[in-house]
Amino acid sequence: MFNLTTFRELLIAALWTGLLAGLLLTAVQQIQVIPTLLQAEAYEAATTVANAENSHEHHEWQPENGWERTFFTAVANISLGVGFALLLGSVMCLRGRPGSWRIGLLWGLAGYLTFFVAPSLGLPPEVPGTEAAKLADRQSWWLITVLDTGFGLSLLAFALTKTNKFFGAVLLVAPHLISAPQPEVHSSAAPAELAQAFIVATVVANAVFWLAIGGLLGRFYKKES
Amino acid sequence: MSSTPALLDNAQKIPLNPPLSKGEAEGRGISDRILPSMLAAMLGLTLLYAAGFAETAQLHNAAHDGRHSASFPCH
Repeated sequence: MFNLTTFRELLIAALWTGLLAGLLLTAVQQIQVIPTLLQAEAYEAATTVANAENSHEHHEWQPENGWERTFFTAVANISLGVGFALLLGSVMCLRGRPGSWRIGLLWGLAGYLTFFVAPSLGLPPEVPGTEAAKLADRQSWWLITVLDTGFGLSLLAFALTKTNKFFGAVLLVAPHLISAPQPEVHSSAAPAELAQAFIVATVVANAVFWLAIGGLLGRFYKKES
Repeated sequence: MSSTPALLDNAQKIPLNPPLSKGEAEGRGISDRILPSMLAAMLGLTLLYAAGFAETAQLHNAAHDGRHSASFPCH
């Protein structure tokens, strides 16, 4: 039989967590992430105009700059927040609920390492207009790295034997030994300083996002009474 | 006369809810945790896919800044 109460508690906690963390992320992004993206887009647009004859871009709908664009970014951030909170909560549900926001922060840190830091070591956050390897290759490497890091951290934290902890460490390192797919030629429409600024901005914004997800989920996803 | 209280004594020693057999206990564990957490995880993955990876042009454009910010492979 399916226990609806267990599922409902997890779902409600994840919805509130994702909503608040997504709104917080949207606010933090306005400080440096979005301004850097817009600057990079200006460089990209300049390059695109220069190569207009070779352009095959279709003009699909996209949100207007300003409130409309911010609104859709907030919707995307909240969706990511709820999605991440559901994943983190499903592991908490199996391992035991944290019961406080402090322990929740540790779970958030694990999520940050798994979903942001580890994949970014091979595929750094990029501004639009940067040459990159084939999308499917990058997505595969991203997914493998996230899975390896998630399982690796779980083994390091929860495994009872040294051998299993050792396997956890191997999993953490393995994707970086394979190395992420790289483009044949590295080039970017935006200057290198802008690319650097974007990395710093996302490192900070995602840290805030993940610590909020962990802390809020620790607070909202209460221990069974 | 003395046999009735003795019967009651014995009755109180029999637990009202007999302990679950191993199979039953595992069945209850599955219903309590594994199925709800799997459903939550699937729901979470679906949301992450829609917001972070789906290549439909409209979804991509709407979530564009969020995807770059989260460092998902984009474009």
